[in-house]
Amino acid sequence: MATRETRLRVISLYKELHRLGRDYPDPAYNFHKKLRGLFEKNRNLSDPEEIEKAIKLGEYIRNETLALYSLRKYRHLKRMYPQDSFSDPLP
Amino acid sequence: MRPSAVRLLNILVPVKRTVDYAVKIRVNPDQKGVDLNVKHSMNPFDEIAVEEAVRLREKLKDEVKSIKVVTIGPPKAAETLRTALAIGADSGIHIEIPESAPAPEPLGVAKALRAIIEREKDGVDLVIMGKQAIDDDAGQTGQMLAGLMDWAQATFASKLVVDPKSKEAEVTREVDGGLQELKCRLPLVVTTDLRLNEPRYASLPNIMKAKKKPIQKITPADLGVDLKPILETIKVTEPPKRVGGGKVENVDQLIAKLKEAGITPVKS
Repeated sequence: MATRETRLRVISLYKELHRLGRDYPDPAYNFHKKLRGLFEKNRNLSDPEEIEKAIKLGEYIRNETLALYSLRKYRHLKRMYPQDSFSDPLP
Repeated sequence: MRPSAVRLLNILVPVKRTVDYAVKIRVNPDQKGVDLNVKHSMNPFDEIAVEEAVRLREKLKDEVKSIKVVTIGPPKAAETLRTALAIGADSGIHIEIPESAPAPEPLGVAKALRAIIEREKDGVDLVIMGKQAIDDDAGQTGQMLAGLMDWAQATFASKLVVDPKSKEAEVTREVDGGLQELKCRLPLVVTTDLRLNEPRYASLPNIMKAKKKPIQKITPADLGVDLKPILETIKVTEPPKRVGGGKVENVDQLIAKLKEAGITPVKS
């Protein structure tokens, strides 16, 4: 049975993913629908090992999404503000 | 001989609320500005500045006494301060201007920052700020502030090492053709380059904690600073549309096209 502690972890993970989903760059990808769907699918899990596995997957997706956002931003900024257009690349 | 008291660092990080980097900019029909009814967020270079201040604290621990963030903007700019507080700053100062007021210019901002620094009773040892804002790309405020304060400046920093005991900092700067290493005495203004660090994401627990951190509201009049613009924007236009390229069949055609364009061969 899901303990109170795991309940809180799952809820805070959901809130975090939901907030992240607001900035998702591709409008065609329905982040919130997928998020809701995946959490709903696992709502009746009772085995603590399975619950832990599901939480780990959620955290993995959160980290991947964060990496996506920071890489996207860095790549955009690097293009807009290149290192230096005029320096000789070779000494 | 009495040892001198360990000097604690007071860091000030000015941040700016700008149009979000991912927004497609549209020029207004009156050609005097761009559409500002879009998503705004913290200037990416300022995010790097806040991150650097937080990393300094992680490295120097108690030697960093305070990290204060300051912004000049309409009421909504308080969100930008909250983001900075969530990344790890201690407190914020919001110099509030009306929603309808024109965007402040670098000299005005520098003068306001000078007033803030002079008001800080613990003083400010280090100002870390973005090298430029992605909306105006002026890249002047840091330099102007250092000039007004008669402080050392190290701009386009890609590496920052601070020693509070000796009140010195070693800064690696990105310059044309390579890197330059500077040794500077505090107090110092540093402006951040893209390659200084990778800002962290403000996690939800940190955002919640940040709601309790204090933000002081103040007006330019309280500081005795006039932010009226001294520059007038005459016209804003989009860059010219790219003209399509053409394909060539072989190298001879390529050489012919290059000659047409006026490119002459160089004697090797």
